[in-house]
Amino acid sequence: MTTQTATGLPSRKLAMWTFIGSECILFGSLIITYLVYRGRSVVGPYPDELLNIPFITVTTFVLLMSSLMMVLALAAVQHGDLKWAKVWLLLTAAFGVIFLAGQAYEFTHFYHEGLGLSTNLFGGSFFLLTGFHGAHVAVGVIWLMSLFGMAVGGRLTSADAETVEVAGLYWHFVDVVWIVLFTVIYLLV
Amino acid sequence: MNQTLAARSPEVGASQTESTHSLYGGGLWSWITTVDHKRIGVLYGVSALFFLLVGGLEALLIRLQLASPNNTLIGPDLYNQLFTMHATTMVFLAIMPLSAAFFNFIVPLQIGARDVAFPRLNAFSFWAFLLGGLFMNASFFFGGAPDAGWFGYANLTSTQYSPGVRVDFWILGLAVLGISSIVAALNFIVTIINLRAPGMRFMRMPLFTWMTLITSFLLVLAFPAITVGLVLLLFDRNFGTLFFNPAAGGDVLLWQHLFWIFGHPEVYILLLPSLGIVSEVIPTFSRKPLFGYPFVVFSGMLIAFMGFGVWAHHMFSVGLGPIGNSVFSAATMLIAIPTGVKIFNWIATLWGGTIRFRTPLYFAVGFVSMFIIGGLSGVMHASAPSDLQQTDTYFIVAHIHYVLFGGVAFGLFAGIYYWFPKVTGRLMSETLGKIHFWLMLISFNVTFFPQHFLGLGGMPRRVFTYSEGMGFDTLNLVSTVGSLFMGLAMIVFVINMVRSLRKGAPAGADPWEAPTLEWSIPSPPVHYNYQAIPTVNSRDPLWHEGGVSLPDADGEPHMPDPSFYPFVLALGVVTLAIGALTTLAVVFVGLLLVLIGVYGWAFEPGEH
Amino acid sequence: MINRRTGWARALTLVAAVSLAGLVLAACGGEYTQSALEPRSDFARSLDDLFRLIFWWAAAVFVVVEGALLFTIIRFRDRPGAEKPKPVHGNTALEIAWTLAPAIVLMLIAIPTIKTIWIVDQPPPGDPLVVEAIGHQWWWEFRYPEQGIVTANELHLPVDRTVDIRLTSADVIHSFWIPRLGGKRDAMPGHETFVWFKPDSVGTYTGQCAEFCGMAHALMKMELVVEEQADFDSWAESMSTPVVLPAPADSADEAARLLAAGSLAFQQGGCIACHRIAGTPAQGVLGPDLTHIGSRRTIAAGILENTPQEMARWIRDPQAIKPGVLMPSMGLSEEQIQTIVAYLQGLE
Repeated sequence: MTTQTATGLPSRKLAMWTFIGSECILFGSLIITYLVYRGRSVVGPYPDELLNIPFITVTTFVLLMSSLMMVLALAAVQHGDLKWAKVWLLLTAAFGVIFLAGQAYEFTHFYHEGLGLSTNLFGGSFFLLTGFHGAHVAVGVIWLMSLFGMAVGGRLTSADAETVEVAGLYWHFVDVVWIVLFTVIYLLV
Repeated sequence: MNQTLAARSPEVGASQTESTHSLYGGGLWSWITTVDHKRIGVLYGVSALFFLLVGGLEALLIRLQLASPNNTLIGPDLYNQLFTMHATTMVFLAIMPLSAAFFNFIVPLQIGARDVAFPRLNAFSFWAFLLGGLFMNASFFFGGAPDAGWFGYANLTSTQYSPGVRVDFWILGLAVLGISSIVAALNFIVTIINLRAPGMRFMRMPLFTWMTLITSFLLVLAFPAITVGLVLLLFDRNFGTLFFNPAAGGDVLLWQHLFWIFGHPEVYILLLPSLGIVSEVIPTFSRKPLFGYPFVVFSGMLIAFMGFGVWAHHMFSVGLGPIGNSVFSAATMLIAIPTGVKIFNWIATLWGGTIRFRTPLYFAVGFVSMFIIGGLSGVMHASAPSDLQQTDTYFIVAHIHYVLFGGVAFGLFAGIYYWFPKVTGRLMSETLGKIHFWLMLISFNVTFFPQHFLGLGGMPRRVFTYSEGMGFDTLNLVSTVGSLFMGLAMIVFVINMVRSLRKGAPAGADPWEAPTLEWSIPSPPVHYNYQAIPTVNSRDPLWHEGGVSLPDADGEPHMPDPSFYPFVLALGVVTLAIGALTTLAVVFVGLLLVLIGVYGWAFEPGEH
Repeated sequence: MINRRTGWARALTLVAAVSLAGLVLAACGGEYTQSALEPRSDFARSLDDLFRLIFWWAAAVFVVVEGALLFTIIRFRDRPGAEKPKPVHGNTALEIAWTLAPAIVLMLIAIPTIKTIWIVDQPPPGDPLVVEAIGHQWWWEFRYPEQGIVTANELHLPVDRTVDIRLTSADVIHSFWIPRLGGKRDAMPGHETFVWFKPDSVGTYTGQCAEFCGMAHALMKMELVVEEQADFDSWAESMSTPVVLPAPADSADEAARLLAAGSLAFQQGGCIACHRIAGTPAQGVLGPDLTHIGSRRTIAAGILENTPQEMARWIRDPQAIKPGVLMPSMGLSEEQIQTIVAYLQGLE
């Protein structure tokens, strides 16, 4: 296939941007569902009894830092600095894993406090919204680890900067979504 | 026309005939692993026609049940499955994939590309569609097909009111089809934006390519809303969430909003490709360029854009309040303006032309005339108070069929007759084509026009029967008789296709003296389409001296290798859906297949 | 110039003939007993006026546009020796004209539309009669809170008085629709909606559920009796007090004995689990209230005439008449069925 395109924009990047547009509607619909049902649970536990804002602020910070790592990873790949690319890719994925671990802790904690999927509307809409996001983070982690694996195997070179960039676009988008969720779920209690 | 014919460079169409036979050659394996957009287009087309016949048979059974009052031919249980599956099949398994068949086969040719941007992703879209469609129809043999309507209104779809797996089949089937559609749309957006030949500026793109681009954006932006609705419903039914449970504070209207935010753009997803086809056929057979090209393009964009702001006109009877009803009434009426602009421009294109009456033009003009009726009845229920008497009656059944059959299906038939020679190298029979057209036009009107009267006479839709003495008897019988003749027209069409496939007159590169790029190469094209990528200098490149120039080139361009992984991935996705209905073991098999598909795909040799 | 011998002329004649036949058929389509085009209330009339306004605009546009299309394809068909057409690309003035023309027509439709919306979607004026309508799979429950009446499938209203119908549902979404009295309004679980109208003609009108609500959706009908105020009052009077059946004074009173036996069979046969009859131990709430069932015109949600034979047929095997109905066949003996029918028919 020719690499030159009519717009000059790499096709995979354009595809990722379009996909992100689609994902915006997906998360938008989920967020609207959460907002519509805010305060409509007929039994507890209610959000203000459960949400631990300081804890989530820490994991949010970790996720934001992972975006920074991603930027550094891409820059390293672009400069052909594969040693540091490996480090940054691994760190990005690791920060993602820390975020997921925080989410796992939060979910089990809520569950022990009596909040399940079927407890009330808050339970269903909270778990579904954050779970959807968590699944996106998990996919991102797998993707990053695959890139890391390629780098370790010597199959990632500066010619593959575009591959890393597309993964980076996805990763940044998932982080931005979390900022919105953090605001909607935790700050608007 | 001599002049335009002469304008064609002699090298076009002359050289590439020897390798055309290989395009459709090869065994089953070559079809499963194909990544050629033309072969995938053919696969889409054949599958869509199969599902069109299935959906048509469902419609005939529905009409037979309604032929007389208190009929007991089909009980309510089967009737409700049939009308649910008729709509679901026609929308998701017949019309959309038939459009996709044209997107696949025609768009890369029209923009002067050798394939789509992501050929393997394209194969995945097809296999996910086919397997997803078969999965959903398999429900007939495993406890019954979905029976809560294609709109699946909550809370009728809850486990309390719809026990069993019928609705789960529907949820999972639609989810798979949604993935297929979104992926295909991403592919076409990138293809059209990025793979245009040099000189093919946006405002030189053929109308069909334009409408494909707009439809693809609609798909990408509309499907996530229903995906979320389906996920909420899936969780309600299988994991005990309470999203649509009124007793726990859940709101049944949330489903309606999510469904119609998808559902109304979906109407334009169905319609716009046909608008594109008609905008190609009318200029070709009038031998005049499309009148008001930029206005036709922009009105298409406007229709699509406004299509996202009118969903609640499907919900006037819920009582949205005066503000909501006023806003959605006015917005809906506004859509009539760009739609009208398109119709006027088509008429103006015909005006002053020398119109050749070949079958594609019959269907294109049939489309315009029937679509006008559907559009005008649409204005009647854009007015919220007027709609209160019409919604959920046979008046709406008549309206949607004037839009989706008289409109969309006629447009797609025009496309089939128009591009059949490009796809197969042979012309379809004009005689049979005209019999097909007249039979279809008349029987369509006999079937659906009386339904306007039935609706205004007080007959609700989705009823498996009606009582004697309500005034519904005669026209229902008329409608049923009409539908049988529509079935006959379909038989004529199928005979025409099968006969022409073997005995049709050889088409040559350009049987219609058409202006767009796909007619500059042999019929059927070679697998790499263009030996050298052409340079486009005009909006109607084949109608102008120097409208297209082909650089010299030797040898075959390198094309992507066949791949097995798209099929594996699609199979994995559908296996996951089957697993969700059966046991965890099947889920793991599905996950395994997905993993093999993704990693096999990512690390396939010869690709990145 | 149209050549009479062209295929086009023949085809057009054919189309005209078929359209004419269609219109004739439509005309003999029969009397529609629940036509939306025969308004009998202020609400229905305002919708009808709007529909007719739009219809005539649509008819005019139809004639103009289809006429232009037909004229064009006939006038500009390819003829031997036809010249190559001029490649006209467009005309901005024309584009503006045919953007503005529909915009003006639509404005003429939108203004009365919005005016009507702001009348019919507001709460009713004055002091309306309030009726609560509750949709059930697959029947309608009607409550008159002021009059203390609970009944099913048969609505009585006084003529020339506005009624405010408050809608909700006990299970899934239904839609309340009596076409000659006005448009639909959905009855939804978890929401209360309303629709109001002032019936202006005495008479009996039919309606039915208009939102797909499951298996027996087609058989969820209702009747509306619009009557003079005095008739309505006496109906309301009799409906608001339970029927007192004559006690069997002696065993020779055959009729009274039958009623008592029916009452007993009704209780022992399991009917009371779902049905309520005021003033008796039957206080079930799942099925229709049967307090004055004997006075109703129809049974089984408007699909059977209320005669002893039909009622017996219904009790014997409801599923056979209304597939999916939640009322089971109770396995009663023929004698029990006959006594229950006699009892219920006595509840006038």
